[in-house]
Amino acid sequence: MNEPIIEVKDVWFFYNGIPVLQEVNLTVRRGDFVALLGPNGGGKTTLLKLMLGLLKPERGAILVFGESPRESSHRIGYMPQHLHFNQSFPISVLDVVLMGKLRPGLGWSRYSQKDKMAAQQALERVEMEEFANRRVGELSGGQQQRVFIARALVDEPEVLFLDEPTTSVDTKHQTDLFDILKELNKTVTIIVVSHDIGIVSSHVKSVACVNQQVFHHDDAEIKEEMIELAYQCCPVDIVAHGLPHRVLQTHE
Amino acid sequence: MLEALQFEFMRNALLAGLLTSIACGVIGTFIVVNRLVFLSGGIAHAAYGGIGLAFFFGLPYVAGTLGFALLVAMVMAAVTLKARPVGMALGVILLDLTPGYNVDLMSFLFGSILTVPTTDLWLMLVLNGMILLAVACYYNDFLALSYDEDFAQVRGVRVKFLYFLLLAMVALSVVMIIRIVGLILVIALLTIPPYIAEKYAGSLKKMMFLTSGATIIMVAGVCFFISLLVEFLKAKRFFSA
Repeated sequence: MNEPIIEVKDVWFFYNGIPVLQEVNLTVRRGDFVALLGPNGGGKTTLLKLMLGLLKPERGAILVFGESPRESSHRIGYMPQHLHFNQSFPISVLDVVLMGKLRPGLGWSRYSQKDKMAAQQALERVEMEEFANRRVGELSGGQQQRVFIARALVDEPEVLFLDEPTTSVDTKHQTDLFDILKELNKTVTIIVVSHDIGIVSSHVKSVACVNQQVFHHDDAEIKEEMIELAYQCCPVDIVAHGLPHRVLQTHE
Repeated sequence: MLEALQFEFMRNALLAGLLTSIACGVIGTFIVVNRLVFLSGGIAHAAYGGIGLAFFFGLPYVAGTLGFALLVAMVMAAVTLKARPVGMALGVILLDLTPGYNVDLMSFLFGSILTVPTTDLWLMLVLNGMILLAVACYYNDFLALSYDEDFAQVRGVRVKFLYFLLLAMVALSVVMIIRIVGLILVIALLTIPPYIAEKYAGSLKKMMFLTSGATIIMVAGVCFFISLLVEFLKAKRFFSA
C-alpha cells in the first residue's frame, strides 16, 4: 500500500443550507487512479473543488500531501469542466498550456524559454504539438480537452484532477483520452470525475461513488450495490443496462 | 482638418480621444472577454449619479464622479464575486434607479470632447498610466483569471483582489470616457471595438492593441463629423449674416 496523499475526513458541505456532501471520508493513495462516479447533482464536482481548495468545507478537514489544499496547490494539476470555456476568447493553444506554468507574483516578466519548452513537451504528450499556434476556439471538443490535459500536466504535478474530461467527446476519443490518462498514471496519481460507468470501469483502479455520501471501492469492479448506492434516485436497470451481469477487470 | 489643430481646443480634443482609446482598448477588452458589459453599464450610470451628487453638493466634478463610481464598482465586485450573473441584474436595476436626467447635466449625457481643459488631459494621462501599469504588472494573472477563473485560483492567482482591481479600473475608464463621449456612448465605445477586435486578434494583448486602434478610428471619425458640423454651422452663420 502506498502512502495516502489526499485525506478527506468527515467533510460536510452545504449549498444554501441544503447538504450536498455529508460525512464524507475518502483516502487517495499515491499511484491510484480514482473515478468519482455519481448522478448529476450528487456532489462529484463539489468534492473535487473541495480537494482543490476552491471551496471550503463547512465541517471536517481536507489534507493534500499533509497540508491544506491551498498550500500544496503547486503539486496539483487541474482540468476543469469543459462547459465553462469562452470559445471566442482570443488565446492560442500554447498560451493556454503556459497558463499551467503561471506562478503568482510573476509580475510583468514573461514566460521563460524553459517554460515554453515544457509547454511544447506537454503538447507532445497529448499529441497536439502541431496545433501550438492555433486559436483554441478553432479546435474540436476532443482536441481542446487534450490541450487542457496538457495544461494540467505542464508543471509536472504529482496528482491530477480532471472534471468530466470526456464530455462533448465521441466514444473513440473518449477511449483515446483514457488511454493517455492510463499512460500518465504510471507516474501521476489521477482523480477523475465522470458519470460514464462504461469508460471508467475499464481504465481506473478504484471507484468512489458520490451521492451526498461517498463510498470508495478499492477495485474498479462495478457492483450492483454500488450502482444502487450511487444512483439511489433512479432504477438500476436504466443506469446499468444489465451491468450486474457484466464482470469487469479487477486491478492488482 | 490640419488647420483645425491650430486651436487649443482641437488639440485637446484629439489628445483626449487618443488617451480614451488606450483605456478603451485595455479595459474594453477585459469587459468583453469577462462579459462585464452590463456591470460596466451599471457603473456608468452610477457615475452619472455621481456627477449629479457632485453638482448637488458643490463638489468638484472629478472627485464626486470618481469617488462614487469607484464606490459602486467595489460594492458590485463584492456582490458579484460569487455569482457573476447577479452582476447583470444589478446593472439593470441600477440603470433603472438612476435619477431622471437633469437638463444641466446634458453635457455629460453626450460628452463634450471639444471642451476638454488641459487639466483634465493631465488627469486622463495619470489614470491611463495607472491602468496600463496595473495591467502590465498582472497581465498573465488577468489572462488566467479571464479565461479560467478556477484554474487561476488553483495556480495561486489572487482572484478576489484582481477582480476588485478590474472593476476599479472599469470605473476609472468609465469616468474618463463619460467626459469625452458621454453616458450614452460610453458602453458603445467600451464594447463595440473589442467585439470587432476579438474576431481577429490571436491573443488578449493583440486584442487590446487592435481595440485601441479601432477606438482611435471611431473617435477620429466622431471628431471629423463634429468638425464638419462646426464648419457647416459657421458657413450658415456667414450666409445668414
